[in-house]
Amino acid sequence: MNRSDLIERIYNKQRAFTSEKDIALAVGVVIQEMSEVLASGGRVEIRGFGSFSVRRLAPHVGRNPKTGDPVQLNERRIPRFKPGKALREKINKSMHIALEAGQKLGHTS
Amino acid sequence: MGKDLTLTKAGIAEELHAQLGFNKREAMEVVQAFFDEIAETLVTNEKVGLSGFGSFELRDKRERPGRNPKTGDIVMVSARRVVTFRSGQKLRNLVDKHVAGS
Repeated sequence: MNRSDLIERIYNKQRAFTSEKDIALAVGVVIQEMSEVLASGGRVEIRGFGSFSVRRLAPHVGRNPKTGDPVQLNERRIPRFKPGKALREKINKSMHIALEAGQKLGHTS
Repeated sequence: MGKDLTLTKAGIAEELHAQLGFNKREAMEVVQAFFDEIAETLVTNEKVGLSGFGSFELRDKRERPGRNPKTGDIVMVSARRVVTFRSGQKLRNLVDKHVAGS
């Protein structure tokens, strides 16, 4: 599912009389607000869904995997997502339902 | 903006009101639907990609032996499906830029 599919699905489900164009603008604002908060070092917490935060990687000496030469790596900040309990359980349950229905699993590890 | 800033659904809804003039009910409904639709899609084992922000992907994990970190006992970790988030290039650059500039 991509952004325009998401817009369409929200539009089809909503009960107010918001136009699809306004839903598209709203999706843009939601994504922009979350991005800005993370850029400023803040967090996003959506109960049941999960939380987005920023992880700091301390400056350290790494190695060039090809040559083995030491490389100085600067401090970095990386966005991360931790799924909430409700989402974790729902997704895990969906696998067990698929298993019972005889579907094969796409094991990735 | 402070480093301890935490954005919630209410905060996002507030922005929909301020920036787009949505009323409270519409704003909250759209914010709720945004996360509900992503979750509902993931439950059907379909990944969700929001260009610029990132993508939510699913991984099926086999049963594996693990350890109880408190007691050290070996216990089986059951097979499970998990969701992972891969941040998009645009978000990664945005989040990292403050450090790069300092």
